[in-house]
Amino acid sequence: MPPAVRLQRAVALIGSFPALAGVDLEVTPGEVVLIQGPNGAGKTSLLRACAGLLPVSSGRAEVLGEDLARRQRAVRRRVALLGHATFLYDDLSVIDNVRFAVRAAGAPARDLGAALARVGLDGRLPRTSVGRLSAGQRRRVALAILLARRPELWLLDEPHAGLDASGRDLVDEMVREAAAGGSTVLLASHEADRARPLASRLVAMAGGQVQGEELVLWGGSPPNTPERVHVA
Amino acid sequence: MWRDAALVAGKDIRVELRSRVATNQVLPFALLVLILFAFALDPDRGFLGQAAPGLFWVAVLFSAVLAVQRSFAIEASDHAREGLRLSGLDPAGIFLGKAAAVAAQLGVLEAVLTAGVVVLYGAHLEGALLLLGTCLAATVGLAAAGTAYGVLAASLRVRETLLPLLLLPVVAPVLLGATKAWEAGLAGHPAQGDPWLRLLAVFAVVYLALGVLAFGPLLEES
Repeated sequence: MPPAVRLQRAVALIGSFPALAGVDLEVTPGEVVLIQGPNGAGKTSLLRACAGLLPVSSGRAEVLGEDLARRQRAVRRRVALLGHATFLYDDLSVIDNVRFAVRAAGAPARDLGAALARVGLDGRLPRTSVGRLSAGQRRRVALAILLARRPELWLLDEPHAGLDASGRDLVDEMVREAAAGGSTVLLASHEADRARPLASRLVAMAGGQVQGEELVLWGGSPPNTPERVHVA
Repeated sequence: MWRDAALVAGKDIRVELRSRVATNQVLPFALLVLILFAFALDPDRGFLGQAAPGLFWVAVLFSAVLAVQRSFAIEASDHAREGLRLSGLDPAGIFLGKAAAVAAQLGVLEAVLTAGVVVLYGAHLEGALLLLGTCLAATVGLAAAGTAYGVLAASLRVRETLLPLLLLPVVAPVLLGATKAWEAGLAGHPAQGDPWLRLLAVFAVVYLALGVLAFGPLLEES
C-alpha cells in the first residue's frame, strides 16, 4: 500500500515566498500525525499542499498514491480539509450545504441526517440557513460534512478552534474513529495538550521545513499517557 | 461534467431562490432602467417603440453584469470558492453550471422586460420565433462570457468595478446583434434578423468553448 502522503524536498510558493521550503514527510495510511510549530512555520501550507490547493512547485508530492502535480482532481475527491474557513454558503440551509458538499465530492448523499445528529445539529437546525448559525455551529456543519464524506485523508487545521467543550470532545472522537477506520489524519494544532493524545506521531515544523519528528509508542489504548521516542 | 454542471447550477439557483437577490434587486433594477430611459427619451411612444430593442438589450446587459457579480459573490463568502476547488468538481462542469444558473436568471428577467417594453414602450411582438431565438442565443452568450470573465475578476479586490470594464466591451457584439435581430423581428421582417441571430449563435458557441477550456486554469490561478 502506498504512503498516504509522500513529500520529497517539496517546495510551495505563496507569491515569491517559500511557504514550504523543501519538506520531506512520509505518512503511512491510518496514522494520526500532529504537526506543530510556531505561527508561520508552514503547518497550514503543508495541509493546503496535501489538499492540492497550494501547488508544489518543485520536489515530489504524492497523496494517496496519486501525483499531486498531475492528478490533483482525483486527490481532492479523496481528501477533506477543515481549515479556518468552513466553505459554506450562507444562503443555503444546513442540509443543502451538506448535501452539496457530499455530492460534489462524489460521495453518496446517504445518512446526512445521522451525520448532522451526530454533531448536534438536529431538530429544526438542518433546515436553517447557515448564515443564521453561530461560528461554533458552522464548524459543526463542517464536521458533519467530514462525517458524511468519509474521506481517506483528513487534513485538520486547528480543528478545536471555535468549538465548545462537547464540540472539542466530538472532534477527538471523530479523529480516533477515522484512524480506527483506516483513514489518515494530519492535524495542525497549537493546543498541544488537547491534540497530542490523539497523535501517533508528532512532526515539528519551522521556516517551512520539517525540523524533527517524534514517534508516540502507546503504553496502552489511547488516550493513556504515551511514551515518546525522538527520531529526528 | 454534466452531472457536476447540474449540481452547481442547482446550488446557485437554490441560493438565488433563498436569498431573493435576483428578484428583489436585479429585476427591479432592470425595470428601473427601462422606466428611466422612457423618462429620458421623452414619453413619445413612437420613438420609444423604435428604440425599444436597444433599450431592452442595454437593460439586459447591465442586469447580466449584476447577475455575474452575484454568481461569484456567493463563492467569496467563507472561502466557498476554495471549497469548490477542493471538492474535485470538474472545472468545465462548474463553468457550465454557473453559466446555466446565470442564463436561467436572465431568461426570467428577459420575460419580464419583454412585458415591460410592450407596456411602457408600446412595442408589438412580431416575429416571435426570431425574438425567442435571439433571446436564447444572446442569453447563452452573455452567461458564458460573463462567467468566464467573472472568475477572472472574482479574486481581485476591485472586482466590482473591473468586471463591467472587462465584460461590457467583450459583449458589445451581443448588444449589437441582439438589437438588430429584435429590430427586424419587431418590424415584422424576421429574415433580416437571421444573420444577426447567426452571429449571436457563433458568439455563444465560442464563449462556451472558451469557458469550458479556460475556466479550470482561471479558477486555480485567480
